[in-house]
Amino acid sequence: MRAPSSDLPLVLENVSLRAGATAILDGLNLTITQGAPTLLIGPNGAGKTSLLRLCMGLTAPSSGRITWGGRLDRAPTRRAIVFQRPVMLRRSASANVAYALAQAGVPRKDRASRIADLLQRVGLAELAHRAARRLSGGEQQRLALARALAREPEILLLDEPTANLDPAATRGVEEIIQMAALSGIKVVMASHDLGQVRRLAGDVIFLLRGRQHERAPARDFLDHPSSAEAASFLRGDLVI
Amino acid sequence: MPDHASAWDLILSGDAALFAIVRLSLAVSLSAVALAALIGMPLGALLALTRFPGRPILVVLLNAAMGLPPVVVGLAVYLLLSRSGPLGAMGLLFTPSAMVIAQTILIAPILAALTRQTVEDLWIEYRDELGAMNVGPFSRVTTLLWDARFSLLTALLAGFGRAAAEVGAVMIVGGNIDGFTRTMTTAIALETSKGNLPLAMGLGLILVVIVIAINAAVWGTRLWSERHVG
Ligand SMILES: Nc1ncnc2c1ncn2[C@@H]1O[C@H](COP(=O)(O)OP(=O)(O)O)[C@@H](O)[C@H]1O
Ligand SMILES: [Mg+2]
Repeated sequence: MRAPSSDLPLVLENVSLRAGATAILDGLNLTITQGAPTLLIGPNGAGKTSLLRLCMGLTAPSSGRITWGGRLDRAPTRRAIVFQRPVMLRRSASANVAYALAQAGVPRKDRASRIADLLQRVGLAELAHRAARRLSGGEQQRLALARALAREPEILLLDEPTANLDPAATRGVEEIIQMAALSGIKVVMASHDLGQVRRLAGDVIFLLRGRQHERAPARDFLDHPSSAEAASFLRGDLVI
Repeated sequence: MPDHASAWDLILSGDAALFAIVRLSLAVSLSAVALAALIGMPLGALLALTRFPGRPILVVLLNAAMGLPPVVVGLAVYLLLSRSGPLGAMGLLFTPSAMVIAQTILIAPILAALTRQTVEDLWIEYRDELGAMNVGPFSRVTTLLWDARFSLLTALLAGFGRAAAEVGAVMIVGGNIDGFTRTMTTAIALETSKGNLPLAMGLGLILVVIVIAINAAVWGTRLWSERHVG
């Protein structure tokens, strides 16, 4: 069942990721600890998705070292991820959550009440029996959050969870994320929506072309970016 | 079955021999589909999820095995089961069991090959999500088979169609014994060779209608459950 050991802190030491000759991520040093959400921002292609996959342990770095609570073991026991385009299992909404619970080692007898709780938490209680793949984009995103929360993660990694959603759906998803953060889950989230950064972030990591250009508390970053690149990204200039 | 009767007369009169033939045909082919599914689907799924040297060759051979000629399979099973063969002591030759064995060998590759393709495509879609949920190898196979169930139904139907339609394998290992191993297809072959074409045609029609009915039933089930389960 659940490992007693913790996945925090998540530490990247001199981590690089290459595909052939091109560097996707280059020389990252990062420590993620308890606290308010960390937002990963940067233009398209900066390496946000790649970094989240490394943090989840889905891919191994080409060089450098990643540890979770001091361990090198990549098996994701106390962390969860919601992909930018989550894949719904070909089952009902509640069966999707049930599956995540089963994989997290939750005993069968406890699952029904947990499913009800989780669907309630993401506002999908009414749609429990709907085929998951027939849910709208926003509903699928919320179901993916329920599946991730089913793992009772310490670290919740989110890849632009509101990128394809309208403002109402975005607000719904942000509320779930805020509740998760308040309950003590460390949220690490990629975004390129500066309004969202302002609403959610405790601190910000600014990525550009696979490098970490800046890491700062959200207010400082938004109001006084220390690098010229970050300043022009915030102004909405094209940064490549 | 009276020689001069047409298939229509036989149906209307509830001819016992005709129904025995239909029953045996269905029993043999459905048993073969069930056995072939038990063997072929997990193997196909395993092949979809593993990488090893020589795998591409195995995939090509498996795909090619979908076209195994029924007479060749029949002959191989005949040699295995004949009195002087390695399994001769079991006394299975010219029994319905021998026919099930031959048809299982004939359609297991179809189910394995189609399952391999289906599961591999689904795996590409599911890999990250299952990886993120830390799903072990065994659960991966069962999850993918379950979530591919609607596509796999089509594979089952392909296997059933092949089994119900073939005559070469059941003829060789079953022997077309009246009242014991005679199936729809071997009866059709026999009546045709005797020149009793109306009866042969009628039997052929019955066979086609049964196959269509089974396909329609399965398709209806699929549509219904897709709507409700997704
Ligand atoms: N598997 C891969 N092979 C080659 N290039 C990749 C691969 N994955 C990502 N990339 C490249 O790495 C860069 C960063 O991609 P990504 O992490 O998706 O950035 P972001 O999420 O910030 O948009 C992009 O230029 C992308 O094309
Ligand atoms: Mg991305």
